[in-house]
Amino acid sequence: MAFIEFKNVSKGYSGAQGFSPVLKDINLQIEEGEFVAIVGYSGAGKTTLISLIAGLIKPDSGQVLMNGKEIQGADPERGIVFQNYSLLPWLTVYENIRLAVDEVLSDKSKEEQDAHTLKYIKMVNLSHAKERFPKELSGGMRQRVSVARALAMNPKVLLLDEPLSALDALTRATLQDEIKNIWEAEKKTVLLITNDVDEGILLADRIIPLSAGPGATLGAPVQVQIARPRDRKKINHEPRFKEIRKEVNGYLLGLGTKPKLTLEKKFVLPAIEPEDLDHPRNLIPGASLTPIRSNEVKRERVEV
Amino acid sequence: MSEQFEKKVKDYLILPLFGVVCFMVLWCVICSVTDNLPNPIKMWHKSELFIYEPFAKRGEMDQGILRFTGLSISLVGQGYLVALIFGTPLGFFLGLSKLFTKSFDPIIQILRPVSPLAWYPLGLVLFELSPEPSYFASLFTISVCAMWPTVLNTAVGVRAIPQDYLNVAKVLKLSRSKTLFKVLIPATLPYMFTGFRLSLGIAWLVIVAVEMLKGQPGIGGFLWDAYNAGNYSLVILCILVIGLVGFTLDRLMSLVEGKFKTA
Ligand SMILES: Nc1ncnc2c1ncn2[C@@H]1O[C@H](COP(=O)(O)OP(=O)(O)OP(=O)(O)O)[C@@H](O)[C@H]1O
Ligand SMILES: [Mg+2]
Repeated sequence: MAFIEFKNVSKGYSGAQGFSPVLKDINLQIEEGEFVAIVGYSGAGKTTLISLIAGLIKPDSGQVLMNGKEIQGADPERGIVFQNYSLLPWLTVYENIRLAVDEVLSDKSKEEQDAHTLKYIKMVNLSHAKERFPKELSGGMRQRVSVARALAMNPKVLLLDEPLSALDALTRATLQDEIKNIWEAEKKTVLLITNDVDEGILLADRIIPLSAGPGATLGAPVQVQIARPRDRKKINHEPRFKEIRKEVNGYLLGLGTKPKLTLEKKFVLPAIEPEDLDHPRNLIPGASLTPIRSNEVKRERVEV
Repeated sequence: MSEQFEKKVKDYLILPLFGVVCFMVLWCVICSVTDNLPNPIKMWHKSELFIYEPFAKRGEMDQGILRFTGLSISLVGQGYLVALIFGTPLGFFLGLSKLFTKSFDPIIQILRPVSPLAWYPLGLVLFELSPEPSYFASLFTISVCAMWPTVLNTAVGVRAIPQDYLNVAKVLKLSRSKTLFKVLIPATLPYMFTGFRLSLGIAWLVIVAVEMLKGQPGIGGFLWDAYNAGNYSLVILCILVIGLVGFTLDRLMSLVEGKFKTA
């Protein structure tokens, strides 16, 4: 039995323009201790997928299971790093993390809770900034607080929703290494959402592409099979690196995303009203003198 | 530097002074047309006593201007406090529950525009058996009228809480009270304070009306008394003081409000 399992999960949102499907027939199995990366286009439904595991939303059909039991609502055992950090702006770095610690270690003493909080602040190298408010932090620092908060919950599963995509390349590399080290030290089950295949190759055991929406679905998983510890400089020269890239990108580019070339032309028909010349014109005083039938616009569409 | 200073002097001193001078001129022009209205100099002479001895108490309706103001502020403060105590939770319920909103929003929208002059008699009836009906009726009137901005702004603030914060509360499985105090209230504070500021403005508007009906010492009661005695100088003095106090209260509240805006 897989640790986390999606069984034929579909999910959509109903909005002003009616129902729009987002995910369709998602099947996924994640083993305990595995590091899985999901790569997909923006708007494909990656956040939707991770929210399903987090328990923040419910599937329309199908099941999301953890340890064989259906996931009912959110729980700290599934720690999540939100795409937009979601730090509470009125709490300092310390307080943001402490809020999580208090919930999870509610049976421990105040000193232990304090020590636990400080340990995770230190882990993400933010000890010097622990009394600052989120607005006084850089984007990368906020992201690290968010990671520390999720880790401090001591979750069984760590869900990372594009944790690094808003960062510049340098900070990104540093934080990738930090995530790599943390995972190697703690061996948690991790689900990483990313739009960067290289990031997946560096960090994950398995990469799964998500096709473009609407009605996105998962492609065949690609095993990374590159020995750990991985080095970001050497990994580029691995023959496997290029293979994985080709496989994942091939799926993403080849599937249902090929834009069709269409030509559209607008024809305007002349506004002429057929007239019976035997009858006098039907001029009602006050009525408009324009023809009763207004201009007609026709569209012609050609697909190439 | 000096250019900036000149601009500041112009913006905050010269132009406002120009406005005051225009106002005075208009006042004098009106005085020259009608005999009833005292001109600024006459007004000053008539009201000197109340200004130079601002805290004096010579009789029930003959007290220094600041003493009257103090009485009014104290009554407004009490009514305002009651308004906040009832208005804030009401706003939270409206913001949190669609059912609650659908049930009570119509009645709130109907009660909101009712004038203080209409609430006061109802207050007298309601508190008829209390030791001091007129006091409780004033309190009631101020609270009921001043409550609405707090109620409505709090409700809007609660509805505007970003889903992200609520998701954090869900993932951490925060208890109800912790969600309230660590997430909902802090996220709503900026809106709440906007409501508090508007409520205070209304409370101060209402006090004058209430005191006129009640005819008891206070700035509004004094104004009404002065009018009945034909002492229009004092009426003008009261108007100026009421305006100044209202302005000051609003400034103070917007300072506090600004503190929470950044949060
Ligand atoms: N609460 C919602 N209500 C309605 N539609 C939504 C909602 N959340 C997401 N969607 C829609 O679902 C689709 C998938 O959104 P989702 O946030 O899962 O994408 P994503 O893959 O995470 O994108 P990105 O990479 O930009 O973060 C989008 O088209 C979005 O407009
Ligand atoms: Mg997303």
